[in-house]
Amino acid sequence: MDREKVTARLTEVFRDVFDDEDLEINDSTTADDIEAWDSLEHISLVSAVEKAFKMRFTMKEVSGMKNVGEMISILCERAKKC
Amino acid sequence: MLKELCFPFDGDLIMQSKRKLLRLLKENESGVKLRVAVLGGSTTSDIIKVLELFLRDRGIIPEFYESEYAQYWSDAVFGTPELDEFKPELVFIHTTSRNIEEKPTVGEDETAVSGKLEREFSRYEKMWNALSEKFGCVIIQNNFEMPSERLLGNREVGVPYGRIDFITRLNVKLYDYAQKHNNFYIHDINYLSADYGLERWHELRHWHLYKYALSVSAIPQFAYSLSNIICSVMGKNKKVLALDLDNTLWGGVIGDDGQSGIEIGSETSEGQSYLRLQKYIKAHKEIGVLLTVCSKNDPENALEGLNHPDGVLKPNDFALIKANWNEKSLNLEETAQELNLLPESFVFADDNPAECEIVKAQVPEIAVLNFSDPEECIRYIDKCGYFEVTNLSADDAKRSEMYAANAQRAAAEKKFASYDEFLASLEMTAVIGDFDPVHIPRITQLTNKSNQFNCTTKRYTGAEMETVAKSTDYIRLCGRLTDKFGDNGIVSVVIGEKRNAELHIDLWLMSCRVLKRGMEYAMINRLVEEAKKAGISEIYGYYYPTKKNAMVKELYGDFGFAKISEDDGGNTVWKLETAGYSPKKIFIDIKENENG
Repeated sequence: MDREKVTARLTEVFRDVFDDEDLEINDSTTADDIEAWDSLEHISLVSAVEKAFKMRFTMKEVSGMKNVGEMISILCERAKKC
Repeated sequence: MLKELCFPFDGDLIMQSKRKLLRLLKENESGVKLRVAVLGGSTTSDIIKVLELFLRDRGIIPEFYESEYAQYWSDAVFGTPELDEFKPELVFIHTTSRNIEEKPTVGEDETAVSGKLEREFSRYEKMWNALSEKFGCVIIQNNFEMPSERLLGNREVGVPYGRIDFITRLNVKLYDYAQKHNNFYIHDINYLSADYGLERWHELRHWHLYKYALSVSAIPQFAYSLSNIICSVMGKNKKVLALDLDNTLWGGVIGDDGQSGIEIGSETSEGQSYLRLQKYIKAHKEIGVLLTVCSKNDPENALEGLNHPDGVLKPNDFALIKANWNEKSLNLEETAQELNLLPESFVFADDNPAECEIVKAQVPEIAVLNFSDPEECIRYIDKCGYFEVTNLSADDAKRSEMYAANAQRAAAEKKFASYDEFLASLEMTAVIGDFDPVHIPRITQLTNKSNQFNCTTKRYTGAEMETVAKSTDYIRLCGRLTDKFGDNGIVSVVIGEKRNAELHIDLWLMSCRVLKRGMEYAMINRLVEEAKKAGISEIYGYYYPTKKNAMVKELYGDFGFAKISEDDGGNTVWKLETAGYSPKKIFIDIKENENG
């Protein structure tokens, strides 16, 4: 899956999880940019992304992701392997 | 009830859209308020969020106190100013096997292990006693689930130092306490986790990352199970199980197949699975659940089915039997009135998705279970938790119902504005046309199987049907109906014999699967159209009564035919002038053939 498609699909997941139809994300989006995105909400987000993309992050990835761009890179990488 | 939260729900969807669901639920703040303290031995954040959804959906508006991470014991025993001020009405203690402090070590003897068991148990007992003394609250306590690893393999049981042995004994102590104390309930996560799948339950990433003692994906099932106890304690559990008959309590259609033709009893494997279902349902009487029937059937046929010698559910097992041809939503509402219960106390089980859909739309308070086979039916009734048993006072439940009743009646208006609107919502499409050679076997079969919606009950052999199909002396129609739930297949067959400018209807039948959809009107509209094309000015309809076809006694009258004769046996003849026919209103999109 290419970056653009991944970003589009990921945007839908973010919109669902944060219940915000207008939410836009890009590579540099971080938890600081989305008010509801706290450490507890991170788990919901990660789980929802895993379900949507039918993959699993490693623990290192979950705790190491700095921004949305890194998440997208991981998703693109995994999609290649599928 | 929000459809996303209705059993059987999609847990992943709930987790993903829990914010939105909460927002939707908050649009209607009516319900009983309840102060719930959640004292956790591990992370409880999402458990509380999802629990709130299920509670609000069942009419309980919770307010939560959440202990700091893993502070369950000190909060309970020593209290906190916030908790004391909060004055919980219900305390849920979310501990798991991870919270066991003194585990046995390999090789330890019985005396040492018993000591650990006592100390472990007394930690909990102290906590429960403190809570109930201070708050007089309801307490819900998780039991202990099986661990994810077994160092000793199967030997984790049967020796004093076995860890599963230890957990099992600790659980038994919890159960003993539960037996001796009112307002104390066990949340059986040992069963829940086994049912969910222990390996999936113990999602260790979620433990190491967030200190969730169970997989985040399992939280909806967990919270639902917990909400069932709370609903039951609050008198919000369901009281009536209303059941369809055909293909629900037995296999087949009693009106068409007769008592000897339906599947129930130990003779066949299908019959056995329905028998098992009947036994399971009958057992609900012992837990105080009222059983009723809500079936589209002639009453005599319904009783004939229920009196099947091999069935275990008999007519007198039911508080009320509604077997007629009215809409099921109306029947359920009437049943509720006659039993003096609210629709919200009802669970309705039916194999037919269209019937389920209309009940959900018309009476949203009723919980609906739609299943595809008897095994699934048992599983749904068993896991839906609607009949969760606790020992609440019957008076409490009644009182709240009486208060709720007036509000409920006023609110029972929304629904579809009319039955027509419902029909339109089904998005029906029909293909109506002459007999196609490939469909002759199905058409012939219908003439031999349909007994209820069948005016003349004329039977045809395959060869006779071939002859009719080839002859130019007939107008033939067969109709296939599709709706948004799927294809019903060929459901109606009409054969009329032409005699000069007259058409005599030898056969008019329809499958009862599509009753009250307007399919018969689509057929008569088309028949008149074809008749006019063929130069027919008069159409004659015949009704020959049998034990089973009372429902079509007035069919031709309904179509606008005039009754011209009736004999002593009740046989009637009807006549229609094609020129004066005004087409019946239908909500079905008609197509000429399969392709278009």
